[in-house]
Amino acid sequence: MIKKTAIKALAITSLIAMTASNALNVQRALGEDSKTIKISAKRYEFAPSEITLKKGVPVVLQLSTEDRSHGFYAPSLNLRADILPGKVTELKVTPQKTGDYDFFCDIFCGSGHESMSGKIKVVE
Amino acid sequence: MTTEIDRREFIRLAGIGGVVFMSGISGLPGQAMPGNKDFFFVQLSDSHWGFEGAKINPDAKGTLKKAIKEVNSLNQKPDFVVFTGDLTQTTDDTNVRKQRMKEFQEIVGQLDTKVVHFMPGEHDASLDKGETYKEFFGATHYTFDHKGVHFIAIDNVSDPTGSIGDDQLEWLKADLGRQKSDSNIVVLTHRPLFDLYPQWDWATRDGAKAIELLLPFKNVSVFYGHIHQEHHHMTGHIAHHSATSLMLPMPEAGSMPKRMPIPWNSAEPYKGLGFRNVHSETKARKYELTQYPINEAAKV
Repeated sequence: MIKKTAIKALAITSLIAMTASNALNVQRALGEDSKTIKISAKRYEFAPSEITLKKGVPVVLQLSTEDRSHGFYAPSLNLRADILPGKVTELKVTPQKTGDYDFFCDIFCGSGHESMSGKIKVVE
Repeated sequence: MTTEIDRREFIRLAGIGGVVFMSGISGLPGQAMPGNKDFFFVQLSDSHWGFEGAKINPDAKGTLKKAIKEVNSLNQKPDFVVFTGDLTQTTDDTNVRKQRMKEFQEIVGQLDTKVVHFMPGEHDASLDKGETYKEFFGATHYTFDHKGVHFIAIDNVSDPTGSIGDDQLEWLKADLGRQKSDSNIVVLTHRPLFDLYPQWDWATRDGAKAIELLLPFKNVSVFYGHIHQEHHHMTGHIAHHSATSLMLPMPEAGSMPKRMPIPWNSAEPYKGLGFRNVHSETKARKYELTQYPINEAAKV
């Protein structure tokens, strides 16, 4: 029952761009079975820059920025979002394959832009 | 009348940065359009003026100047020169950006070639949506015609997301609407229009839309920069050719874990900072491409 409620809440909530308060609602609705990972972006790094996910386990990535607009793009996982100042952006992912997947900033942000990247490790 | 360009001279031209030889390529093979003339243009790219990093390029203040001298030393002058973006290294400081663009302009002002076309790269334009660039170099997207070839400069950097944008795509569509299906079209842009390697941001977010608009035209070639190396790719019948940098070479896509410049090798100075020539052969309707390194003497 709790799971059903969680899925319903996810379905009716935009997972691409949300306000911070909506994001908190989703986090509560997901319950203990699901996971929210916060990723903070600032010139020229993501924190954390490496995250580990479990294959088949749904996760919500909660993205925010400390300075200016950044992008979050993991091409191999078909995940991308703009991270805009003053907003929390959420991406839902349920990785289907184990492996290492790079993500990077795809909104030009300055002289260190090219090195602003991270890694998603998907394990069994 | 067709301008004949001596083959040896053409090979010598290849020692600069990216020399393009256009040979009456309109219409059917061997049937150049009336009024078409063969010509050269020089493509220079990614000079990143203002970059500092002795391990990458200890001659950061000299490489662009060498290229300009080499262009000027050509016996046969190109009809025009085009810079396909990243003229300057990015900076947060508007005053520094202006200073770099001013210095770049002064250096490039030493070119003997009368006509020089500029385009922005993300380092020039992405942080202020091209405002400073436009003060110095004018429009970021435009067209011009030269001896039977229609050139279209597409801006995919002023939007920091690396997009062309709907407005510019509409402008492109309208411009192409005035061309014939067999018109000779050369697209100049900074980022690759196709997904070369999105993992390193070597792509244009909405580049596929531009390619879709170009596909109905039989004779289209794209010359771009951004990836700091020679690369050739076909999307359907459209050929895409990237140019090398005049500041720092980059590794092949995916060949290294990180997208980092290749360090300077004192045993092979300027390696990877070379140049390309393109020879378009009329009857065979093909480009002949050759790549050469910059030489330290700054002479062709």
